[in-house]
Amino acid sequence: MLYREAGQFKTTYAEDMAIFPIRQDRMALAILLGIAFIGVPLLADFDIWPFGSDYLLRAILLPFLILALAAIGVNILVGYCGQISLGSGAFMAIGAYSAYKLGTGVHIPLAWLGFAISIPPLPVLLSILLGGLAAAVVGILFGIPSLRIKGLYLAVATLAAQFFFDWVFLRVPWFTNYAPSGSVSAPTLDFFGLNVGTPIERYMLCLIFVTVFAFLAKNLVRGNLGRQWMAIRDMDIAAELIGIRPLYAKLTAFAVSSFIIGVAGALWAFVYLGSWEPLAFSIERSLQLLFMVIIGGLGSIMGSFIGAAFILILPIMLNLLPTQLGVPLSTETITHLEFIIFGSLICYLLIKEPHGFARLISIGKEKLRLWPFPY
Amino acid sequence: MAIGGKQARENKTRYRKNGLNEEESYMVRNKLLLAAAILSGGAFASPAAAQSEQFIPILSYRTGAYAVNGVPYANGVADYYNLVNERDGGINGVKLLVEECETGYATDKGVECYERLKGKGPTGAAFFNPLSTGITFALTEKTTTDKIPIITMGYGRADSKNGAVFAYNFPLLGTYWSAADIAIQHVAKEVGGFDKLKGKKISLLYHDSPYGKEPIPMLQVLAKKYGFEFTPIPVTHPGVEQKSQWLSIRQNRPDYVLVWGWGVMNGTAVKEAAAVAYPRDKMIGVWWSGAEPDVQPAGDQAVGYKALMLQHGAGKFPVHADIEKYVYAKGMGASEPGKIGEVLYNRGMVNAMLGVEAIRKAQEKFGKKPLTGEQVRWGLENLNLSEARLKELGFEGMLKPIKISCSDHEGARDGRVQQWDGKGWKIISDWYTANQTETEPLVDEVSAKYAADKKIQPRDCSKES
Repeated sequence: MLYREAGQFKTTYAEDMAIFPIRQDRMALAILLGIAFIGVPLLADFDIWPFGSDYLLRAILLPFLILALAAIGVNILVGYCGQISLGSGAFMAIGAYSAYKLGTGVHIPLAWLGFAISIPPLPVLLSILLGGLAAAVVGILFGIPSLRIKGLYLAVATLAAQFFFDWVFLRVPWFTNYAPSGSVSAPTLDFFGLNVGTPIERYMLCLIFVTVFAFLAKNLVRGNLGRQWMAIRDMDIAAELIGIRPLYAKLTAFAVSSFIIGVAGALWAFVYLGSWEPLAFSIERSLQLLFMVIIGGLGSIMGSFIGAAFILILPIMLNLLPTQLGVPLSTETITHLEFIIFGSLICYLLIKEPHGFARLISIGKEKLRLWPFPY
Repeated sequence: MAIGGKQARENKTRYRKNGLNEEESYMVRNKLLLAAAILSGGAFASPAAAQSEQFIPILSYRTGAYAVNGVPYANGVADYYNLVNERDGGINGVKLLVEECETGYATDKGVECYERLKGKGPTGAAFFNPLSTGITFALTEKTTTDKIPIITMGYGRADSKNGAVFAYNFPLLGTYWSAADIAIQHVAKEVGGFDKLKGKKISLLYHDSPYGKEPIPMLQVLAKKYGFEFTPIPVTHPGVEQKSQWLSIRQNRPDYVLVWGWGVMNGTAVKEAAAVAYPRDKMIGVWWSGAEPDVQPAGDQAVGYKALMLQHGAGKFPVHADIEKYVYAKGMGASEPGKIGEVLYNRGMVNAMLGVEAIRKAQEKFGKKPLTGEQVRWGLENLNLSEARLKELGFEGMLKPIKISCSDHEGARDGRVQQWDGKGWKIISDWYTANQTETEPLVDEVSAKYAADKKIQPRDCSKES
């Protein structure tokens, strides 16, 4: 009754091929965007609980948005193109450190040639995007082995990227501007003369990035390129036979995915952490992103958001709950409980629905269509 | 809460109409109130705090690879706050409200904990004490914006000694640069003078994180000055894998190995040293690599291992008697009673004491009420603990007098060296005081660079009071 496309007639091809063909979907999205773009800032402005406190914005929504963006990137590669990658953390790091270098000015002394390459500090927005571009270039390089090796073997090859870049950013002092501790801090966030400093401004900045990239990704995956990726994922030999070039398809997937992950990495470093060390982008980050995609649903943009929420926010909630309920437990017991409950939830979810939350949602939609007599 | 109460009242009347008796409806109301409180309090709200309490957050780690060191430290901190509440009824009558948050020594968890706790209590957090150099780096900018001081006793960023630039950072009692200087002073004493350091080989086995990297610039300066050969050897987090590092030490045969480790890395280093037969008495740990959990797992292999002391060592002092009387006798102790007086337990206590004294100092100026972070910052900057005051507090023999000022957020830079004899730590040296002629130029240089990067206008310390 509520969710049924009956009666929604499409009179043009453009309407038929629209990104969200069903009116109810469009309305739901509009409401969601309205809440995110207008509702949250308003609530924060009027100091309405819990939006008035920094905690929700800075410790929950900000990391959620950025990691959701990274999960979209991983989903393009793993979910849509079927190339398993364990190097997402490294691509985030490349985005972060390239953006950092470009944002603070690059100076490469080429003593043996008698001159030096110097680039003055670039604006923050440009350095974040160029950081993504740098990640894309490296992504293509590390994507080349995917033409020969598949599946788990490719996962091991991307793992090499992870460890290599962990090492590079830890060991090559040039990347950290020779900081004695190896910890670097982001330049001030100035966007077109506007300083992005307060939690709500940072939230809006990330929200804009995430919305733009989510729409781009959504459009990409339902277009020509996305279909090529999915064909490669489903059966690469068949895809090749119908005229899809694996080289082009796989490398574009690596490039687009790494670009988005790189931008997310730059945002994570600049907007969320502010000051960071390579450990922020360790193998654990890669695994975390992969789990988000698997739990959220492979091959679903929506799933990336839900997966990010599940992996990031649920443990925090589990950790907060006993204190809020006034249950006198020590912090170590709470942390151990958090691990136990969270782990069992993952197991339960994957047994009940191996295809993740995205599949649950599509089942739900199907049932809604047949409502009040679903089967 | 108001809404919750109203709902409950309405519900109560409804239940009466339905024929429930008074007691039943009272119970129902209680449950509803609880439910409403949970709903309206939700996951983010702070518990309703009394208006006259000073909130102090504890960022601790009782799980993960660093728990062996994190637990005794956190116990010491918690017990001291409890002592202040139980023995003195708070600071001048202002009770302490304490909440712990588990960071697992992870930077992102630490930032989350900081955001969670910074606004709690009537006046927000008094100060933060993350016990992680990585978290300190991540919080430095945030605490300055939020105006909450960050106490990093014996750790943190060494350049934050310069209070003119780092107004909110307090690396009390000693930075890693002071530690490096003290360690080299001790080596010089063992080899028979600073002139004998020339040509000696000194390696630094360090935790590959901001924590372990901090002493490197200072050691490089000292190596240049005294002419010893300095080799840094990194160990990847968490530090259980050190075979290749010790192989290279065996090949290189350095005269001394300085250990800058934490958690499981320390115990592993001692065991690996034994495996390659590197003499343990040529190893000198920093004050974070010199506690009981670092040497006990290695058993007899650890005998002879030396470590710096952040002034205090293990053992019980008058304040411990108070803790046993007022906290443990009431069953409120956090630790196993047998572990009171361990090195890291004592360090947690000292840490908590300095914070409490800073609040007390700030109360002299701002009044005997809960204070904001900004006010506590003033208290920290003007903290001055004399010998007599330390004796009053029961810390005599543990600490030397300490005086903080705007230009010196470190306050004291003294240390001794202790050695493990298989059962306990024995103090084997006199007091050393870190030489400021080496550290000072480096502090000025690095903090000036930070100020320029961050566009901070350094304060004029002559105008601060």
